[in-house]
Formats: sequence, C-alpha cells, structure tokens
Amino acid sequence: MTRRLAAMTAVASLSLVFGTSACAGSSGSSASSGSGSSTSGSAAVTGELTVFAAASLKKTFTSIGAAFAKAHPGARVMFSFAGSSDLVAQLQQGATADVFASADTANMAKAVRDSLTAAPPVAFATNTLEIAVPPDNPAKVTALADLAKPGVKVVLCAPVVPCGSAAAKVEAAAGIRIRPVSEEQSVTDVLGKVSSGEADAGLVYVTDVKAAGSTVHGVPFADSSRVVNTYPIAPLKSSRNAALAQAFVDAVTGELGQRVLATAGFGKAP
Amino acid sequence: MTLTRTTTGELTRAPRLGLPSWVFLPAALGGLFVALPLVAMLTRVDWARFGALISSDSSRAALALSLRTSVASTLLCVLFGVPMALVLARTSFRGQSVVRSLVLLPLVLPPVVGGIALLYTFGRRGLLGHTIEVLGLQIAFSTTAVVMAQTFVALPFLVVSLEGALRTGGQRFEEIAATLGASPTRVFLRVTLPLVAPGLASGAVLAFARALGEFGATITFAGSLQGVTRTLPLEIYLQRETDPQAAVALSLLLVAISVLVIGLTKRARWAL
Repeated sequence: MTRRLAAMTAVASLSLVFGTSACAGSSGSSASSGSGSSTSGSAAVTGELTVFAAASLKKTFTSIGAAFAKAHPGARVMFSFAGSSDLVAQLQQGATADVFASADTANMAKAVRDSLTAAPPVAFATNTLEIAVPPDNPAKVTALADLAKPGVKVVLCAPVVPCGSAAAKVEAAAGIRIRPVSEEQSVTDVLGKVSSGEADAGLVYVTDVKAAGSTVHGVPFADSSRVVNTYPIAPLKSSRNAALAQAFVDAVTGELGQRVLATAGFGKAP
Repeated sequence: MTLTRTTTGELTRAPRLGLPSWVFLPAALGGLFVALPLVAMLTRVDWARFGALISSDSSRAALALSLRTSVASTLLCVLFGVPMALVLARTSFRGQSVVRSLVLLPLVLPPVVGGIALLYTFGRRGLLGHTIEVLGLQIAFSTTAVVMAQTFVALPFLVVSLEGALRTGGQRFEEIAATLGASPTRVFLRVTLPLVAPGLASGAVLAFARALGEFGATITFAGSLQGVTRTLPLEIYLQRETDPQAAVALSLLLVAISVLVIGLTKRARWAL
C-alpha cells in the first residue's frame, strides 16, 4: 500500500515538474490552448491572446497591448519577446501562439514556408541602424568612417543575427571595414557594452538608441538609409481565436499602433 | 543468517542493511531525467556532416580557445585555491564563516552576475580599470578577460573539494612531522600536499570542467570575438541562431569532453 502510494507520489510530482517546465519552455503556449476563449462559442474579440514578438518590439508592443486590452474589454494580451529566430524555432517546434511579429523578413519567411501563418504577413514598421556612443563620446565618433579607425573599440552584432547582417550590409554600402573588438549576440548586448563605457561605439537600431535614453548617445550617419529592416506581422494558424488575432494585427497596422511605433523611432512600412 | 548477542544476552537477528525498494523508482526516473535529454541530442546529430561541422574554422577556433583558457584558469585556481583552502581548513579566526561564504558565493551566483561584478571591477570604467589601463594592460575584450571570468566561477570548486580533503585528512601526520622538526613549508610540501593530492586533482579537474562550460560571465565581461573571446559555449549559443545542426554537433563535442574530464577525475583518485 505505502509502496504504491510512494510510487504514485513520485510519478505525480515528476509529471508536475515536467508539466510546468514544458509550459515555461514554450512561454505562454498553455495560455492560448488552455484559455477559455473557445467556451464563449462565438469568435468574439474577447479571450486570451498570445503574441510572439521580436525583442526590439518590447516597449512598443507592450503599450499597444495595453491600449488594445482597454479598447477590447474581455481581451487579455500576453507577450513572448525574444530574438525573431528563436521565436520561429519555438513555433516550428509546436509552440502555440496567435500572432507573430518578426524583426526581419527572413524569419517571417521561415514561418510562411512552414505554413505556420494564417494570412499573408503585413509589413508594419521599418528600422535603420545608428551609431551608439557613450554619452561623453570618448573616441570622438562623428561619422561611420570613424568606426574603422584603429584604436576605436567598436562592438557589433554577430553577422548571423539580424542586427549584425544589417551592420555588414552598411559596411559594404559605405565601403569601409570595421574590425570589432566583440561580436555580440543581440542589440541589447551591444547597447550594454556601449552604455557601460566598455566600448567606444556600436551599431544598433535607431529605436534602441531612443529607448536607451540618456545612457547612450546616437550618431546618425548618411549610409544608414541604404539598409532598411522591415518588420512583418501575421496571425498564426495555431490560434484558437482567429478574430482576436486579426484584431491585434489590425491594431498594430492601424492608427494606434503606427502612432506608438513612430514615437519610438520606427519608420513607416514600405 | 548471523546471530549476535545483545548486551542483555539475548540472541537477535543482525539488522540486514538494505534499501527500501520504493527508492528505486524515483532514482531511476531522476537518472532518466538527466540521461534522456542527452540521448535526445544524440538523435538530432547530423552524423554525415558531423566531422565538417566540428572542424569548421569557427568551431576549431572556439575549441582551441576554450581548451587554452580553461587550462590557464585551472592553473590560476590551483595557485590561489590551494592557499585559500589551507587557510580555511587549518586556521580559525573571527569571521571565518563569512569569509568561507564569500569564497563559495560564485558557486550559487548566476554567472552573468559574476560577469557584471568583474566588469565593474576590471572594466575600462571599473574600480581598477583605470589603474590597469595606466599600467598599459588591456583587459576588456581580451583573452585575459575570458580567463578571469572562468577563474572567478571555477575557483570555489577547487577550494571546496580541497578544503574537504584537508579536513577529512586531519592533522595527525602534520603534527608528527612538525614534532620531528620539519618547517611549516616542508610539512606542507612533504606531508600535507601528498596526502590531499587526490582531492587536489579532482578539485582541479572540476575547476577545469566548470571553466570549460563557462558562458554567462564570459559573454558579459569578455565579449565574443572569434579566436579571442568566443569560447565553445559562446560559439554554440551563436550558431544556434542560424545553424542548429552545428550547435548540436558542438554541444555533443562539449559533452564528450566533459565526460572525458569527469572520467579523468576518477582515474586521478585511483592513481594517486
């Protein structure tokens, strides 16, 4: 009797461990599958919504989500912010979400190719690169060409991550060769190295400089307009509430979303 | 069946030492929990490309850098850790428990916190950063920074295992040697050190393994540049973004090295 009880407890606690860790792994997937949205019967604009969005959208989407929830009482929006390639990988491995917003077209293309999207993606914003320097600009960086000077400690994103490939394109367009002291994993890592004063300069998005406030100083450069990153958004097939998912996409591409994005420094969609 | 006589003279059955049978189920499940993900990883390895994946330029650079820096940080751990363990095990002073907690802190700290702490100490604008730069040394974004990050997280592993060995070993032989007129240094070199050699060896191997796997402190403090600061764990994390196959192959390589290293600890314990 006690033996069976102990075994049952062990199995139960283990399934609890696995169960919860599975939830954590697919951040928020249980929210859409376990939500009561389907019990309402109709595809009303209520219920829970899970949005997978690129990390660079954290500030803007959080405030769009808050406004959306206010405009649609009964709707609750949850976000999973991460690198676009990470998010696509999670979706490919079966994570369920209602909407996906990518920081580049390449990762959205992966989602489309794997038939994860429920409708064609819509471009909703653009972003360009800017030089970030510490507020006192110790290396006196005023132009892109300064980053190629010896002795200037420049930090870039690694070429395999979107901000790094954008940096590489800018280098090619401007005809310069930057030798970074470090190739970081993400824009936020680059910003951290610059704002702490470890690096003299870094290439990040305009919106990142703006979001960083007074911790870094932005130096615009002419060639930035030659490399424009487009952000697409699409509702997903795994959504259990297509109407709600579409309503959120509309909110982002509509007046409200566009105003929030423009304030943060994003450019208009092409 | 053994029969023993108790103090009162009764004959009783000697207690048969055994495990309650129910412990085996959770034990096996726990074992599976650790082993299964490794097996799952094995099933995802693209064996046809495995050789090519682990021998690409960036992989080779990362592996070489990892091995080099881990050896260097293990040496530093021995250099600093042996005296630290000695002081903790052989002396008693006020606040010793506080000191011990501080030494062990990197064991429980998230490595990224260690990286931030190092940054604010040795970074360009850190506590000592300016002094170091005046001396003409550049730590930021250098291989030195990698070694420092690894040493920071690996040092407690060596100190803990060696302190344990020193305490269990006791001081009997040291006392005898001292009575016979040996100087403290001579006692340390000829008596203490040989006695705790297995503990030191396994501590060093543990420190090496920990240094090899270091990620958070390195990426925070040292940055990531091929051949300079991008160690194997950093390379794996980067490859995961674009080439999951390469990330899996390199992960397997790191697991294999770690298994080898753990195997060496056992061997070291037997040999010494």
